[in-house]
Amino acid sequence: MKIVVCVKTTLPSEAQIRLEGGKLIFDNTPPVINPWDEYAVEAALQQKEAVGGTVTALSIGDESANVALKHALAMGADEAIRITDSALGALDTLATARLLAAAVQKLGGVDLVCFGRQAIDGDSGVTPAQTARLLGWPALTLASAVKIEGRRIRVERSIEEGRQIVSADLPAVLSVVKDFAEPRYPTFMGKRKADRAEIPVWSLAAPAPLVAWGEFAEPPRQTAQCEIITGASPEEIAEKLAEKILAEKIL
Amino acid sequence: MNIWVYIDHFKGAPLLASWEALGLAKRLGNATAVLLGHPMEEAVQAAFEFGADAVLLADDPALADYRAEAFASTLSAAASAQTPDLLLFPTTSRGREIAAMTAADLNAGLLVDVTALEIAAGRVVATRPVYGGKALVRETCAVKPALVTLRGRAFPKPEQQIGRSGPVTRIEVRAEAQTTVEGYSTGEGVSLTDAGVIVSGGRGLTVFPGLDEKSAAARGFALLDELAAVLNGAVGASRAVVDAGHAPYAQQVGQTGKLVSPDLYIACGISGAIQHLAGMRTAKVIVAINTDAEAPIFQVARYGVVGDLYQIVPALTAALKKRLGRQ
Repeated sequence: MKIVVCVKTTLPSEAQIRLEGGKLIFDNTPPVINPWDEYAVEAALQQKEAVGGTVTALSIGDESANVALKHALAMGADEAIRITDSALGALDTLATARLLAAAVQKLGGVDLVCFGRQAIDGDSGVTPAQTARLLGWPALTLASAVKIEGRRIRVERSIEEGRQIVSADLPAVLSVVKDFAEPRYPTFMGKRKADRAEIPVWSLAAPAPLVAWGEFAEPPRQTAQCEIITGASPEEIAEKLAEKILAEKIL
Repeated sequence: MNIWVYIDHFKGAPLLASWEALGLAKRLGNATAVLLGHPMEEAVQAAFEFGADAVLLADDPALADYRAEAFASTLSAAASAQTPDLLLFPTTSRGREIAAMTAADLNAGLLVDVTALEIAAGRVVATRPVYGGKALVRETCAVKPALVTLRGRAFPKPEQQIGRSGPVTRIEVRAEAQTTVEGYSTGEGVSLTDAGVIVSGGRGLTVFPGLDEKSAAARGFALLDELAAVLNGAVGASRAVVDAGHAPYAQQVGQTGKLVSPDLYIACGISGAIQHLAGMRTAKVIVAINTDAEAPIFQVARYGVVGDLYQIVPALTAALKKRLGRQ
């Protein structure tokens, strides 16, 4: 089986962000593989271990994309390819999906494309479905369990109401949620292999984005100071707190 | 402006966020509700009662189960024929997916999980949280139609006008899909993203004298369940207790869990790591109960109690039960 996993380099979730004149200023936290994508790599490796095959990691971007690709290699991916947009423009989700679909087609013979559910910078979570649509393959998104038998893939999807169980023929696109399985740590040997890896670069043409990011702003914050409720007993505190909550007229 | 609103539903029962989207559409222009599924009679009636000027309907047994490809194909075909200016969706698992695929079909702009939206010089300008809610970005869509998914509870829910009705137009069903639905295993309780009240537990829930971590957490969550029940709310959890196996991932609030905006968020034994705050800081009123007065959660809370949640939570449940007259 030829398995692809799409990964992205992001800031870690603990990175601090400041705003200056509508622009974002990041602290010096080193970038990491998007945390969701670790689950996607884990899913790809587990399918390879179950049915055999290879895992190829794809990422779009400048050299910083190698952070995510090397992490995927260190976890056990067989090869990595970095994709650059020959127009060097900003990408929206659809342009991203077009580049990834083009890369999957260029690879040829791919059976399964794995994604994390979303990236923690753009927080869109739509690239898996858009890539599937452009390839004309079924999108099995928000997967918490995956089983492949022959050419059939069966997935439990994590939806608002619980789980939806779906199946489809390969090739297919998968997006993985956190309760799939804890991602493995890179091994020492894996890290050494990743450090030495020469990652090939494919230059592909992306269409102009239809959606553009403009100015950034601070999220709304609670302006009022926290009012600490005190009392002689838990009951007294609870009575006072219940009054305060009801006075907010939100229940 | 001709606006379509995709009414997301599970087996014919619409999700609240669909009506919030319909309310926004009414304020911006002419609102057409799009309903795909089977059976849909009750949902169609509700769409009119929540303000739809017209309904586009594909009610067909072939759409009884949600399959992204079939729903997106049906919507794309109707949208290419009738060219709406703007399509709104609630940011639910289905809304996000149908919007993604339809935007790919129509080569249209897609703006996801938007919390504010305006039309400026005929263009859609939206504001949405990025970087786990640490910043907001203004996004502009250069083409028509624009497809926008709206974050739940970011827009007000319109008043229901019982008995209101309007014209229904049937659209062609495109039911072909490569995906087969084999079944469901349904969760219980109120969905976190729809909940008006969330009572959430963190690491503080795992420390109780004389009990091991697992028993302490079980006891703590039982108390949170009782408080949530009095408030018709849902129970959430921090990443720490989910990772430790004391709560299912479906309950996790935070950057790598659910992003929620309830009217009331009661954080019990949650210190308030930046990743947790990213998932709940947009709640209208935050109450924090924690033994550590220095915990960061108090910086975003409106009301705080420095104390033992095992004592405060049951007392609060009793006090609210008395005042709300609920059993």
